[in-house]
Amino acid sequence: MLKSKTSRWLAGPYLVWMAAFIVVPLFIVIWYALTNTDGQFTLENLTQIGRYSSVFARSLILAAVSTVICLILAFPAGYFLSRLRANKQHIMLMLVMLPMWMNFLLRTYAWMTLLEKNGLINKFLGLFGIGPFNMINTSGAVVLGMVYNYLPFMILPIYTAMTKIDDSIIEAAQDLGCNIWQILWRVLVPLTGPGIATGITQVFVPSVSTFIISRMLGGGSNLLIGDLIELQFLGNSYNLNLGSAMSLVLMVIVLLCMSFTSSFDESEMEGVV
Amino acid sequence: MNKKQSIILQRTYIILIFCFMYLPIAVMIAFSFNESKSRSNFTGFTLDWYKSLFHNEMILSALGLSLVLALVSSVLATVLGTLATIGINSMSRRTQLIVNNISYVPVVNPEIITGVSLMLLFVLAQNFGLGGEGGLFGWPTLIIAHITFNVPYVIFNVGPKLRQLDPSLYNAALDLGCTPRQAFFKVILPQLSPAILSAFLICLTYSIDDFMISYFNSGTMQTLPIAIYSMTRKKVSPEINALSAVMFCVILAIILISNAADSRAYRKNQTAIRKAMQEEGDR
Amino acid sequence: MMKAEKLFAGVLAAGMLAMASAPSVWAEGETITVNDDISVSSDYDWTRFADDNITLNVYNWGLYISDGSDDSVDVLSAFEELTGIKVNYTTFDSNESLYAKMKSGGATYDVIFPSDYMVGKMAAEGMLAPLDYENIPNFAQIGEEYLGWDFDPDNLYSVPYTWGTTGLIYNTTLVDEAPTSWAALWDVQYANNVLMFNNSRDAYAIAAKKLGYSLNPASVEEVETVMQELKTQKSVVQAYVMDEIFDKMEGGEAAMAPYYAGDALTMIEENPDLAFVHPSEGVNFFVDSMCIPANSNNKEAAELFINYMCEPSVGLVNCDYIGYSTPITAVWEQLDDDLKYNEIAYPGEEVMNNAEVFTTLPDEINAALDSQWSEMKSYEEGGSGWMVVVLLALALVISFFNIWRKLRKKVRDDY
Repeated sequence: MLKSKTSRWLAGPYLVWMAAFIVVPLFIVIWYALTNTDGQFTLENLTQIGRYSSVFARSLILAAVSTVICLILAFPAGYFLSRLRANKQHIMLMLVMLPMWMNFLLRTYAWMTLLEKNGLINKFLGLFGIGPFNMINTSGAVVLGMVYNYLPFMILPIYTAMTKIDDSIIEAAQDLGCNIWQILWRVLVPLTGPGIATGITQVFVPSVSTFIISRMLGGGSNLLIGDLIELQFLGNSYNLNLGSAMSLVLMVIVLLCMSFTSSFDESEMEGVV
Repeated sequence: MNKKQSIILQRTYIILIFCFMYLPIAVMIAFSFNESKSRSNFTGFTLDWYKSLFHNEMILSALGLSLVLALVSSVLATVLGTLATIGINSMSRRTQLIVNNISYVPVVNPEIITGVSLMLLFVLAQNFGLGGEGGLFGWPTLIIAHITFNVPYVIFNVGPKLRQLDPSLYNAALDLGCTPRQAFFKVILPQLSPAILSAFLICLTYSIDDFMISYFNSGTMQTLPIAIYSMTRKKVSPEINALSAVMFCVILAIILISNAADSRAYRKNQTAIRKAMQEEGDR
Repeated sequence: MMKAEKLFAGVLAAGMLAMASAPSVWAEGETITVNDDISVSSDYDWTRFADDNITLNVYNWGLYISDGSDDSVDVLSAFEELTGIKVNYTTFDSNESLYAKMKSGGATYDVIFPSDYMVGKMAAEGMLAPLDYENIPNFAQIGEEYLGWDFDPDNLYSVPYTWGTTGLIYNTTLVDEAPTSWAALWDVQYANNVLMFNNSRDAYAIAAKKLGYSLNPASVEEVETVMQELKTQKSVVQAYVMDEIFDKMEGGEAAMAPYYAGDALTMIEENPDLAFVHPSEGVNFFVDSMCIPANSNNKEAAELFINYMCEPSVGLVNCDYIGYSTPITAVWEQLDDDLKYNEIAYPGEEVMNNAEVFTTLPDEINAALDSQWSEMKSYEEGGSGWMVVVLLALALVISFFNIWRKLRKKVRDDY
């Protein structure tokens, strides 16, 4: 159907668009990353990044920690949600997605007011004579912001994968003498592999590249890769070439992460079949 | 652990997760009614912040701009994407794979990279004299950027639906004397329309919500997220809480309405099926 | 520094002049009344662009105009009413981000508000348009002592908007004794209780003053020494902020922070526990100016806007709201006495003699400052060496894991 040569032309406008606004910009980033301000070839931008290795390390670690926390929180949530009755599931799903639709700047800002020294959480703890704690402007706050913002992205794919697992499979495992942990590791995790993989990418990639969360909750001293790139493009240290080089490295990191999760995905899929 | 306990455990866990997700939102909504500007002491009830929000020209104009931008870019992205899906579908396997993979780039790439790469492109184009005296940045760049990150969602939404279509329908239409164009508009498009509509809605929400990409490509324009960002960097007025509350209610309303519409359509569908089956049985 | 002395003399002279002669420039001539607070000179053609459907893109510092919030007078809508020109008003938070946005070509503005050294830098790079003072008759209202600074000796490109000094804001309930020196910002007893400027020039100035250097670095080595000092401060600093400081200081989130005097006044008004001091090592004296970018499309309308901003009634409401010091003599004369002779807004001789102005730095030093600033911000106390090692190890483990998986898969496939 529709496989005529003429209908192929319908993709024409998009192909042009794709080339102009997806492919070419990426090459421009590469080009900027490999040239200096006079347009001459140089590797200096890339070597300079070494000086910011601590930022890259911090970003990767904070993003990894948030991803793991999201996974730990979302896995049971996805399972429990998938075991609810169908009409309840629908409502719960809506409730999971609802915060996602709210502007994430507003959501992050809400945490700012909660975590402050004189904020509500410290006020609340103060009632019991605990605290006050230093919560805002720490890397912990940044992780919290990431987990809070991206948790739904982890719950949804895991939930979707869980709905495909029939109760009978779990029961069969139980009957065959599996304990809870065995069910978890041998049945649930392998069967939700693709969902987990999607969730990991969907949490890790935005976490590693954000600059809003670190700025609002990290107090500007917990710089992440995103902050560093923003600094070069629209911030204090105007340097498009260095910024492009950083973007390039960030892209490579993301690609590595993707290849990791996709290999995970494939091998687990294979296990399913 | 018996079954009852485990169910209680499950419920508690889900409730805790929801508490975590809704706590900040609840706090913001509560404090939007706070009389004083304090962010931790509730001193009295007022609706003043809502009043001043609806008189805040910066927010209102930003909201207007965001809506127009979202609408224009989603319509264009939907048209472009739908055409592209049909075209891609008739390509060879290999080309399909390549095109799809490239289309994935804006989806998986960190938003900040999509943002800066487009910014670099526009800066270069501007240096070559495109955009004339006023410069390129503003409406053109915003619309292009939004279409660019929206089209892939259209393709990945409509594509699977298109592959599910029964090819004989199209062929039947041709056999019955339709021109390919008629066959497309009368047979294919109606069947794709639910997928196209949902793709359009996805584009709309992504577009309204986008901050990162717009931030680098907005020129002197302020979309709603950019306005919110500039608000959070200043002395924050409780108007921002009021804004959150309003947005929450609007989204809740949309979801409830669409849900109701869905279930009604579902019920209608079910009755139609039952009816059809009955008729079949009668015959 | 010479300049600052001259300035002080000027303020004093203006003050005495004001006391001697009550009627000032703006009382002469007819005025057009726009609203209760704003009336402008009538011998200026305000409405010449009314039918041209012009939108002016004005790019200013956040919280730097009387914009109608908190029951202030809305200066911008009054302008729109008066002239029929629309204003698209957006804000930035540091000179450097203003520069980046303009330099990249990411936006075209009509009126911008850079500070002294940035005016010099932009002028040197040809980013500013020379002003036509025919269209800005109110330029005459500006006190002479605020004109002719080194960054723009003939005021070819810039009209002063406000001026001020930097200083130390502290919360009297959170400090043991009132700080008098920048060194307090390094004091470990206030660890995690100190806020710091989030822009390179202002932050640099503080560290430089603390070390006894000029706030205008003379060499790249000097930049490195001073930035080193900022690195040692990192463990004490709770957050690097710009306008977020209002909420944090007013809410008692931090004990002390350096910021601009005008904003300090606003904060003290909000929270009486706060106090302000000009540290003894010396402070920065700055002049923020109005300029028109070279690529502006509505230059004449932009000049009209600048002229409007120099109207005494407009200057007065702005000054009232933002708290910064005014360069318009007629405005100063009309201020309430408590602001007029306020030590924070209009400091005395000893502060002014000790104040220094930012100069435009040579490119090489500027580049060093910029990159050292990012580096300082990304610096981690205790060294990040181990983090990199951990990371490398992690990457290795992951890739080995992957390879192992693939091998295992291959072995399985071979069966």
